[in-house]
Amino acid sequence: MEKIYLDYASTSPMHPEVIQNMTEAFSEYVGNASSIHQFGQKSRGRLDRARRAISKSINAKPVEVVFTSGGTESDNMAIFQCARAHQNKGKHIITTAIEHPAVLRPLEKLESEGFKVTYLPVDSKGEVTTQQVEAAITSETILVTIMYGNNEIGSIMPIQSIGRMLNENYSHIIFHTDAVQAYGIESIDVKECHLDMLSVSAHKINGPKGVGCLYINENIHLPAMLVGGNQEMKKRAGTENLPAIIGFDKAVEITQRDQSDRKKRYTAWKIVLLEELKKANIDVRVNGTLDNKLAHILSIHLVGTAAEKLIIQLDLNGIAVSVGSACTAGSPEPSHVLQALHGQNGTAVHESLRISMGLNTKESDILYLAKKIIQLTKK
Amino acid sequence: MIYLDNSATTKMYPEVVETFATVANNFSGNPSSLHRLGEEASILMERSRIQIADLLGMSASEIVFTSGGTEGDNWVIKGTAIEKMPYGKHIITSTIEHPAVYQSMKQLETLGWEVSYVPVDENGIISVKLLEEALREDTVLVSVMAVNNEVGSIQPLKEIGKILENYPSIHFHVDAVQTLGKIPFNLNDYPRVDMAVFSAHKFHGPKGIGFVYIKKGRVLAPLLTGGGQENNLRSGTENLPAIVAMAKALRMSLDKLTDAPIQLEKQHKIIMGFLDNQSTVDVFSSSKGAPHIICFGISGIKGEVVVHALEKKGIYISTTSACSSKKQLNSSTLYAMNIPKRKAESAVRISMDVENTSAEIDQLVDSLQETIVKFKDIR
Repeated sequence: MEKIYLDYASTSPMHPEVIQNMTEAFSEYVGNASSIHQFGQKSRGRLDRARRAISKSINAKPVEVVFTSGGTESDNMAIFQCARAHQNKGKHIITTAIEHPAVLRPLEKLESEGFKVTYLPVDSKGEVTTQQVEAAITSETILVTIMYGNNEIGSIMPIQSIGRMLNENYSHIIFHTDAVQAYGIESIDVKECHLDMLSVSAHKINGPKGVGCLYINENIHLPAMLVGGNQEMKKRAGTENLPAIIGFDKAVEITQRDQSDRKKRYTAWKIVLLEELKKANIDVRVNGTLDNKLAHILSIHLVGTAAEKLIIQLDLNGIAVSVGSACTAGSPEPSHVLQALHGQNGTAVHESLRISMGLNTKESDILYLAKKIIQLTKK
Repeated sequence: MIYLDNSATTKMYPEVVETFATVANNFSGNPSSLHRLGEEASILMERSRIQIADLLGMSASEIVFTSGGTEGDNWVIKGTAIEKMPYGKHIITSTIEHPAVYQSMKQLETLGWEVSYVPVDENGIISVKLLEEALREDTVLVSVMAVNNEVGSIQPLKEIGKILENYPSIHFHVDAVQTLGKIPFNLNDYPRVDMAVFSAHKFHGPKGIGFVYIKKGRVLAPLLTGGGQENNLRSGTENLPAIVAMAKALRMSLDKLTDAPIQLEKQHKIIMGFLDNQSTVDVFSSSKGAPHIICFGISGIKGEVVVHALEKKGIYISTTSACSSKKQLNSSTLYAMNIPKRKAESAVRISMDVENTSAEIDQLVDSLQETIVKFKDIR
């Protein structure tokens, strides 16, 4: 049986070069990067090199990139630490209804501590507008956290326009974006977008799990969440996970190789899939739209088809796709993103599939998926 | 090359590297995904959890994976503080804890918690009597490390546990990062301990992974929130390759330790015997401490100078802990032991491992001899 993986948005397989680099690093960089002896210094040098490369990929300075254990830690740190350090200026935060749980859960926690959070609704494309954000701002607002691209339906938010608006009129408000799904697909420039914080995770770009980073603009004050040793410019304690950071560095390099080509490929295959399904008279609708989307993510509503059952059947046919995000998987709760888009009881909430593509995806995978969906829904 | 900085970090065993690479290559699914790749990953992860639990006499449900020791300590301390806020805001710890514990305490103090720091004696051992006297109605947490990372003093966890039997609601946390693979350590000997923190890179596993033991029935508020992984206790995509590699490293380390205590104690005796006979050497570790750590100083010579002198001879030791050695060369443990500043500045730490041969130890003693003589002339 063929094995086809179309769930890259939940995690991507480590690239062989990444595994190779990490395997070498395990024996080559023995020292603790904070040790003063030569082994430590060698590790330190390599760590700095990775930091330079990764910061350059988002047009940040090396001192503005703090390595973390991944996207969840980056989001938690950005939100909790920003809110707590700046609450003397106000206790209002603006976000959207379709953020990742790593953003939503910390915000809920802050609400229980007396913060006020505005959850902006999204339109039918799954987007918010700069005007919506601006209208929600009060004199109490200290933080705007809006994802770069959504992990379930792929909608891209107008980050640059929001950043410009905030910078021009409300420069005291801190602006964070969860770029875990967008990084590696979209070209992101933190300066152009006037971002103060940005979260990235390595395992979404064929890097290792357990590592990511948080960009923190050098002009903003963000105290450490994990405290202890003086690592990461005192912004994140814990022995530096150098082999994983080396793997992350490699993964970043790989994403830059054919970024625009990959985007074109994925976008074309989305159309192929939709056309195949339509040719077979399947009532299929795109959640959101096809334009202005993260190229690797497609969420489709198969009218009248129970998604959970279909996913199990596809899995039995060797195809891995998902209902929503893996992060809320395990729990059969309906997707909050699809609910935000279609209403709580919209049929699409239980009739949608997320297909997400990556480095190893081929056109034949998409055609096979189309064939199986047609077979299974017509049964 | 003789590596004697094993308390800072250890070298991954080649078999552990291999395990990491195998899992990275073959199990690419997200353990929380519902499809088969996710399920395979999840099964493998649970198998690792059971393996670790079996090795340590715990139950699998009592183990939560984290990004390492710093996260573990931060989590247990702050998670207890938040969870138990309605019952009190007083915490007891020692004056010689690792920065990950100490700085967490400092952070809580700024948020309104009260912390009692119980002093240690000249051997770096906490006063059980003073700890008992520090207990109050509103005490919610007692946090004491198992083995000190700078001088190797072993803390009287049994005696503390006995006292705490009369205070069943207090959380008893142990930073046990310096135990596994170094000294025989089984939590079943300390039934009153509620939470214990471990880090894989201290026992030849990967960096960026560790686990917390949480006794059945005890409740901690999560530190990282989001997707709800690890039974809602620690969100973030599970770091499968590192988890499996950690389980392997633990098994190997414990296997190797079976004969090692005798070997380590023999080597410890040789080095301690030699150092005790030197008129210009101050030995800060007690002969009753953990056999893998020896802290001493050549009087009048800064620790950093000794580290570099030995480095030239191919021997790698450290000043105090790597976590503070970059910025601040002074050991906090030695100050807590009332060692005068001038002497504390001379401190260096040898930290052995079961992998160190007796030939290496002989060479270390020879090199130490030469170094001590050389500095005698300089003084």
